[in-house]
Amino acid sequence: MRFRLELWRQADPGADGRYEVVEADGIDAEASFLEMLDHVNERRIASGEDAIAFDSDCREGICGSCSLVIDGMPHGPRRVTSCQTFMRDFEDGQTIRVEPWRSNAFPVIRDLVTDRSAFDRIIEAGGYVSVTTGPQPNPNAMPISPETQEQALDAAICIGCGACVAACPNGAAMLFTGAKVTHLNVLPQGQPERRWRTLAMVEQMDEEGFGGCTNHGECSLACPQGISLDVIGMLNREYRAALRGKPVAGTPGMTAQ
Amino acid sequence: MTLDARIPDGPIEQKWSAWLDAHALVGPRNRAAHTVIVVGTGLAGASAAASLAAQGFRVKSFCFQDTARRAHSIAAQGGINASKDFANEGDSVRRLFVDTIKGGDFRAREANVWRLAELSENIVDQAVAQGVPFNREYGGALATRSFGGVLVQRTFYSRGQTGQQLLLGAYSALQQQVAQGMAQVYSRHELLDVVLVDGEARGIVARDLVTGELERHAADAVVLASGGYCNVYYLSTNAKGSNVTATWRAHRRGALMANPSFTQIHPTCIPQSGEYQSKLTLMSESLRNDGRVWVPRDPDEQRPPNAIPEAERLYFLEERYPAYGNLVPRDVASRAAKAVCDERLGVGATGRGVYLDFRDAIAERGRATIEGRYGNLFEMYQRIADEDPYEVPMRIYPAPHYAMGGLWVDYELQTTIPGLFAIGEANFSDHGANRLGASAMMQCLADGYFIVPHTVTHHLTKQRAPVDESHPAFDATVRDVQERIDRLLAVGGTTAPQVFHRELGNVMLDKCGMSRTEAGLCEAITRIAEIRAAFWSDLRIDGDAGHLNQSLEYAGRVADFIELADLMCLDALRRAESAGCHFREEHQTEDGEPLRDDERFATVTAWEHSGEGAVPVAHDEALEFSSVALATRSYK
Ligand SMILES: Cc1cc2nc3c(=O)[nH]c(=O)nc-3n(C[C@H](O)[C@H](O)[C@H](O)COP(=O)(O)OP(=O)(O)OC[C@H]3O[C@@H](n4cnc5c(N)ncnc54)[C@H](O)[C@@H]3O)c2cc1C
Ligand code: SF4
Ligand code: FES
Repeated sequence: MRFRLELWRQADPGADGRYEVVEADGIDAEASFLEMLDHVNERRIASGEDAIAFDSDCREGICGSCSLVIDGMPHGPRRVTSCQTFMRDFEDGQTIRVEPWRSNAFPVIRDLVTDRSAFDRIIEAGGYVSVTTGPQPNPNAMPISPETQEQALDAAICIGCGACVAACPNGAAMLFTGAKVTHLNVLPQGQPERRWRTLAMVEQMDEEGFGGCTNHGECSLACPQGISLDVIGMLNREYRAALRGKPVAGTPGMTAQ
Repeated sequence: MTLDARIPDGPIEQKWSAWLDAHALVGPRNRAAHTVIVVGTGLAGASAAASLAAQGFRVKSFCFQDTARRAHSIAAQGGINASKDFANEGDSVRRLFVDTIKGGDFRAREANVWRLAELSENIVDQAVAQGVPFNREYGGALATRSFGGVLVQRTFYSRGQTGQQLLLGAYSALQQQVAQGMAQVYSRHELLDVVLVDGEARGIVARDLVTGELERHAADAVVLASGGYCNVYYLSTNAKGSNVTATWRAHRRGALMANPSFTQIHPTCIPQSGEYQSKLTLMSESLRNDGRVWVPRDPDEQRPPNAIPEAERLYFLEERYPAYGNLVPRDVASRAAKAVCDERLGVGATGRGVYLDFRDAIAERGRATIEGRYGNLFEMYQRIADEDPYEVPMRIYPAPHYAMGGLWVDYELQTTIPGLFAIGEANFSDHGANRLGASAMMQCLADGYFIVPHTVTHHLTKQRAPVDESHPAFDATVRDVQERIDRLLAVGGTTAPQVFHRELGNVMLDKCGMSRTEAGLCEAITRIAEIRAAFWSDLRIDGDAGHLNQSLEYAGRVADFIELADLMCLDALRRAESAGCHFREEHQTEDGEPLRDDERFATVTAWEHSGEGAVPVAHDEALEFSSVALATRSYK
């Protein structure tokens, strides 16, 4: 197959970017979108041009590294990650525009590579249960129904890719944050820090410059893990409940000392 | 050099508790004065970094991905073992120990394996406390299932995403320590060398992959948790970025590399479909619990699989290994699949594939049950192979998956360089010549949560001169690293790094993969030398070292893979026996099973780097089997 790619090129974080038209031919229909780019890069290097930078690692849809906006859609047309998008889903000869995530909170590092460390800082703010390593209670002494476990896991499978932010007209991170809050707040282990966690994570989300949620629902449609809008409803309810309660002093974390 | 594993005296059941009782401690107020570097944020690295920081040490954690949470461990699917016996089958620490030693074909160290089995019980508790959502039974208790190579159900799982959930647990514990100010995560950083002062590891040189700057980081101890090296085969189930650079650089600085040729080829992967392919996708081994493996009996079979009657199907695992059937260990299953394909019975366009069929399981247990167990795996298969596995049997073929070999470590998980520790897949310690399913994550987390925090503490109590980044050893190491980068950039040829990598992979898979011969290995060594020469004369890297440059990163990793490949072949050549994954065709029984030579090779081979171009030196650690009798493995 052959394709005409309009690729976003940007040398460095502060630099101006532009689209470059690149022809990709001799592409196998079974190749993934990233394998198509590998092929293009291999040829570019051989012919003295520079390679196009993009993030990837697992190439099986679980690490959340890959992050291409393909023809205006984060991760492309199939609601799977960029690495799980295959060229058989495109028309031979098609023009395809490829861009990085666009969001104030995710600055471009180079070409199609962005800085998503804002997500780490949201987790850092409260996306954990404060336990340190050491003897723990018998896990069966805390029975958890399969329904609760499923609800937690349905949210916990978020891969932190950021497609939800890229898809949102406001650049909101509600789906990502809601997923983590839902995972921990529905489980018994998450109860002691429930209110504090919710407030801290929402506050960090705002601080990172993510936009507000106006219920477009684009995030969930773009999410390769199928995270449901329910997590945003949950986040809103948890946040309102947390605000009504008394503020919690100090952070609950602990060290051995 | 004599290799001393420093195994504590006493009965095997008490060695670890005796060690814990006796090791030296650092007082709480003194801990923050010590810095520990942990390279890698996979299960091993993240759990170690979080635990050390929680103890009160200053931790610097490194990974090459953009965030700690994306380490390759995230992709582990099937589950994690623990000898808790929740299924009431009579499982025990001893049974897990015996299974692991036997599964590894008697090439692992007893004392380490016992400790692993013992600690397995704590791991699940730790993970649950962090909020890891393991699958539960209706009554709310933890669910378990069985996994290849064992007869009990001791595997705990979160659907088919156990690695993801365990890693997110460890990652969030690490982020908590970042919030506490005890840990700092350097993402998009690559270790390019280890800094030695007076023969001890006292820091690293890392490249900031965004700015290209070479950074110096001093420390009192360095822990390598940089994962495995199966990408030496180019195509493997590992993430694209998984590489040997961290451990190889340490090896070149004096850390011995143990059993490098012990690599696991996993039986259940989606077969390769073309040249363009950049990785192979694993279908979790748990599928073999319900799926039946077969090929048509007739090499000229043309019918679609569902039209082939029962009598004309060869269920080769069930026929050959009636006791374990489809659940034989990985090395056995892989070799059997290769053998039927070599006999032209393979299926799919390339003839390199066998069926994994769920027809009977769906008929017996219902589609909903099968979907509940493997839903996401079936989805993944359908996405990649474009076929519906509920209707048509999956096609699978073995693919390189896991490195049992790695840096040699003693009982304290310390390499031959004092102060340099290696944990997780990066070390060689617990799996011998073959790893059983669901035991890699167990080892990573045992090492990271429960072992290395204590052994590093013990190391830190030893007197040492303070060292900071201005020490001349850092200048010298930065110079070496810079020179190497310059050399890579200066080749100025016309070929991209991946071309050399692909070629290397082809040679390795063919000659040092599922089956090995003396002649083949010798040929491989010659081919590797040619690839190496071509690499250093025709490589082209675009751009420079002053910014994000993925070609430069990749080229550095390929250069190290080429050197590793050579050592793997030497190791495979020297080990003139068959054991576990290491199948030397010259050494097999009449019915094609591996033939060990315990007289000569009940050993760990640890290789010492002896300088550029010089032949590496092999050292042997003799293995003693006193808690389990050396016996021929049989899964029949
Ligand atoms: C598809 C798949 C499925 C699997 N399923 C299972 C399973 O069900 N059960 C099981 O027990 N095991 C399973 N395994 C095996 C298991 O996942 C791995 O052995 C394990 O995750 C390795 O973890 P690790 O912490 O040692 O290293 P990794 O997770 O590989 O992490 C390596 C880390 O080191 C960093 N790093 C590497 N080099 C450098 C460098 N030079 N500089 C800086 N940082 C560096 C990386 O950034 C990364 O953070 C599976 C493996 C695969 C591939
Ligand atoms: S919620 Fe979905 S789209 Fe957003 S980061 Fe998580 S997996 Fe990606
Ligand atoms: S590369 Fe890991 S999700 Fe795409």
